[in-house]
Amino acid sequence: MGPKKNPYLPEIVTVVRIIEETPTIKSLQVVFDDPERMKNFKFEPGQVGQLSVFGVGEATFVINSPPTRKEYLQFSVMKVGEVTSAIHELHEGDKLGLRAPLGNWFPYESMKGRNILFIGGGIGLAPLRTLILFMLDNRKDYGRITILYGARTPIDLCYKEDLKDWGSRDDVDLVLTVDNEYPGWDKKVGLVPNVLLEMAPKPDNTVAITCGPPIMIKYTLIALSKLGFKDEDIITTLERRMKCGIGLCGRCNIGSKYVCKDGPVFSLAQLKSLPQEEY
Amino acid sequence: MERIGFLKKEKIEEYLQSLSKKGELYVPVDVGRAVKFEKYLTGSSICLDRPPTLPPKSVIYPQSERLFKFKFKKDEGNVDLIEIEEVEDTKKRIIFGARPCDSAGFSVIDNVFIQTDTPDVYYERRRMNSFIAAKACDKPSAGCFCIAVGGGPFDDSGSDALITELEEGYLIEAKTEKGSLFLDWELIEPGDDHLEKKLKKKEESERLLSEYLGELKKIEPLDPKTESFNDENFWKRHLSKCISCGLCTYLCPTCYCFNITDEKKIFEGERIRSWDSCMFFHFTLEASGHNPRPDKFKRFRNRVGHKFMFYPEKYSQLIACCGCGRCIRFCPVSVDIREVVFELQKPRRV
Repeated sequence: MGPKKNPYLPEIVTVVRIIEETPTIKSLQVVFDDPERMKNFKFEPGQVGQLSVFGVGEATFVINSPPTRKEYLQFSVMKVGEVTSAIHELHEGDKLGLRAPLGNWFPYESMKGRNILFIGGGIGLAPLRTLILFMLDNRKDYGRITILYGARTPIDLCYKEDLKDWGSRDDVDLVLTVDNEYPGWDKKVGLVPNVLLEMAPKPDNTVAITCGPPIMIKYTLIALSKLGFKDEDIITTLERRMKCGIGLCGRCNIGSKYVCKDGPVFSLAQLKSLPQEEY
Repeated sequence: MERIGFLKKEKIEEYLQSLSKKGELYVPVDVGRAVKFEKYLTGSSICLDRPPTLPPKSVIYPQSERLFKFKFKKDEGNVDLIEIEEVEDTKKRIIFGARPCDSAGFSVIDNVFIQTDTPDVYYERRRMNSFIAAKACDKPSAGCFCIAVGGGPFDDSGSDALITELEEGYLIEAKTEKGSLFLDWELIEPGDDHLEKKLKKKEESERLLSEYLGELKKIEPLDPKTESFNDENFWKRHLSKCISCGLCTYLCPTCYCFNITDEKKIFEGERIRSWDSCMFFHFTLEASGHNPRPDKFKRFRNRVGHKFMFYPEKYSQLIACCGCGRCIRFCPVSVDIREVVFELQKPRRV
């Protein structure tokens, strides 16, 4: 390695397991080919990585396994574009490039002793998953943990194993919802922001963390404010088109902040100080 | 050590030839319809009498460049391997005849690409191995406004040497260590006697520019609380004619946004970085179809914001515009960024 690290060079990782979460979402568990690197790799919950399919390109995904469980790094990928389609065609044993960790992370230190309300939609549960698992691995540091998760249909719910686990735990309140009635579905029906208003969680000593499609985030932020949550206590993690991942290529900015470097995690208070843009 | 030299006009050809032996030399050349920086070849007709159509940005930051190559291989056990080979460009480059605004442009990019914890090694390498001599401007061209953004027609910041064209020849002032490269004492003579003439030219040039600019003489960084900035109608009023062609960004010495793409043959490929433009719809288009800057008003607002508000916020109130005026001179629909910024700064009329 030269005197200066080249931030564009990916490291090689191997896919060790592929999980079909939904018809359009797969989770990939990968390990660095260099075992030393795997052992020494450090990251924080909420940080992202750039996965490379060589010859197709790179795309950004959150590392959704927690730093407390380090046998592998997990990424969940929805098939929507070129790179994600190529990732969906991979098999166990295939090689990818990875540049990670990138970006900031959830301020979990300042959340200690507080109640945590997670609000996720669709694949937006991925970044929350890393923090949920991290908190469950450090359970005594946090107060009540509530998870509201919704998807279009029951088939579109990710991390079914985790949901089963969280649903069965006494120290987690899990609320699941789908957009419309569905045969055999006995849980809530309705859009996430509406179900949230119905649940009416108390904002006292509570931090709300949300991620989902832009339209869900938009109305969830409104709902949380309506419920009395302070802007500082509402945290979201944003998605943007990214290329470099290091704050240089210029496309993921909101005002003077780069989602890839200064984010992806922002409080609503921070977002309100930036120029108005659709997230 | 002597830092000021004088080159007689008839010796310029010989001087450039000698310079071209010290590194890859780039000079402004009239290629018909445009003046652009090209590799110097013996007999190249260097064009110093009007500002280059394109800045020399691409000499240090190419419009398209390979970041690394990769090869698909298999080991003895038939396991797939990927081999990455980094591209390292350590060539020495010399730019002769940039304009002061062009050099200032590099300084703007330096802050982003070099003064960071993850420097862009490709740009940094080339920048460190580059030598820039800027030619001072005698008279303003349409659209010029360097003095309004902190530069000047004789400004030497960002340049290693400053060249002033006088009647009988060129005054060459080395401004940095690297600038000594332009003082070829076999061809030039001491130049101190000509300094006075240069200062006169400088004053005259600054006076002309300031007269030409009138009330547009001074542009301040935009206050993040600027009211019209979030007013959609303000942008619509100024931008309804924009056709999102992106010319402004491609001609801009300070624009640095880029894209990264892969190209692949069967067993090998390369990752390429190319200039991109924030004025394009697809620049921020996400795979899901969501686009945070779907219309040209939002894109232009971001471009103006980046140069006059966000960048100054990050880099001690420096404006990321060097006032070269190319985006004004060559805009096919006559958008004038100076007017837009100037109006944003005016207190709002009630």
